[in-house]
Amino acid sequence: MRTFNQYTRDLFGGIKSLLTGLSVTWKELWTPKVTAQYPENRKTLKISDRFRAELIMPHDENNEHACTACGICQMNCPNGTIQITSRMVETEDGKKKKELDRYTYDLGMCTFCNLCVETCPSDAIQFTNNFENAVFTRAKLVQKLNAEGSKLRAKKPAAPKQVV
Amino acid sequence: MTQPFELVNFTKWIDSTLQALLPSFWVLVVELLLVGIALLGAYALIAMMLIYIERKITAFFQARIGPNRVGKYGIFQTVADVLKILLKEIIHINRVDKFLFYAAPFFMIIASVLTFGAIPFGVGLQALDFNIGVFFVTAVSSLGIIGVLLAGWSSNNKYSMIGAMRSGAQFVSYELSAGFALMTMVVLTGTMQFSEMIEAQRYCWNIFNGHIPAMVAFFIYLISGHAETNRGPFDLPEAESELTAGYHTEYSGLQFGFYYLAEYLNMFIIAAIAATVFLGGWMPLQISGWDAFNQIMWYIPSYLWFAGKVFVLIFFSLWVRWSFPRLRIDQLLNLEWKYLLPINLINIFIMVLMVLAGFTLTDLFN
Repeated sequence: MRTFNQYTRDLFGGIKSLLTGLSVTWKELWTPKVTAQYPENRKTLKISDRFRAELIMPHDENNEHACTACGICQMNCPNGTIQITSRMVETEDGKKKKELDRYTYDLGMCTFCNLCVETCPSDAIQFTNNFENAVFTRAKLVQKLNAEGSKLRAKKPAAPKQVV
Repeated sequence: MTQPFELVNFTKWIDSTLQALLPSFWVLVVELLLVGIALLGAYALIAMMLIYIERKITAFFQARIGPNRVGKYGIFQTVADVLKILLKEIIHINRVDKFLFYAAPFFMIIASVLTFGAIPFGVGLQALDFNIGVFFVTAVSSLGIIGVLLAGWSSNNKYSMIGAMRSGAQFVSYELSAGFALMTMVVLTGTMQFSEMIEAQRYCWNIFNGHIPAMVAFFIYLISGHAETNRGPFDLPEAESELTAGYHTEYSGLQFGFYYLAEYLNMFIIAAIAATVFLGGWMPLQISGWDAFNQIMWYIPSYLWFAGKVFVLIFFSLWVRWSFPRLRIDQLLNLEWKYLLPINLINIFIMVLMVLAGFTLTDLFN
């Protein structure tokens, strides 16, 4: 008799748990779909601000950037993604000073580790979340980040530290 | 009842046209050919529709959208998939048992096509209407397992072999329950012929006519039918994590396509037989005495009624499939031999008593 009771308990307990399972999936059937339909939803697409997709060097309205061409980012880059070409200029008071000539960034070699941005003493570079970087030839991935004719911003309190 | 949209009007027109044009022998030959082509066409078409429906509903259960790129709502996705699988290379495997290896998919597909032919799709849309229809269906549908076992054996691969043996154990066990559940309904209707069964269910579906035992038999049939198709929580012959793909691991291209097609069609066949035996088949909803209502119901053609009932059952099968985790082999056999089979035996006995004592709904209320 005991085994029979056990048997019926197992049977109806099993049926009950199966029905519970079915009710869970039934509710799941009517939940909103989570699939993002990418090319169609470009207008409403929200990429997290912290997503690192492309390195940029912000320029202000006077076409001035904050890069002093110190080369720390280049030294810290684990892949050799960044290449800084600089020239020596002499200021009015006779001091020799480095000036940025060309800031080369190879997107194809970058692992988006953020070390360059974190070590930059003057916050001259930052990562943006613009992720649509597909191109047809690899050569196009090598970018020059400083704009044409741009120059170093005059001595000024450093730009506010970007909150990460 | 007028039946304006029935396909039987069209088939009768074909028959009379052929009779007028050809001698009766050639009429027979041409009609057999036409029926064969129609069946195979329907087989491929239904499989494609099922694959699409399955992928969509699966996606909905997982809060996804599913295929939606090929055509509106992705309706041509399976057409593209079928074209792809037709064009794929059949990879020849070294050291397989060549004859059995190439024969196995045909066993599978022939078994399911034979069963397919015996399904009543609508008024006059049944290729084989034997007086032992239920028996025929259970007999030929179990031929498919030979294909599975041959595939596992001839592939010369331990995964295939284990998968095939599991599938064999599962199929043999659950075939018993499915057969008994169908026998319960044969006891109720007193006939094995599908057309007579449907006619007997004109005003009261078997599942209601036989109330409690019929419902028990219905659910047992759905469970064991589901297990026979190697899907859902009973898919341990194809458990990816243990056996790669089970018995069809070594198959590629069209041969794999045969297994794939047969799997989906078996799902359809199980649902179709359940709909025919328990839910009144293609018979529209009819209420005794309400002639106007019945006439309106007949304006919806019978094949659509059939498709609707089958779809509900297929949806249920998918719902189960995406709800439960996979069973172990011992749990699987426990379920059959310790629960389904004893319940089924008692159930068939109750049904016999009920029919003899006149406790079916039609007996009670007529």
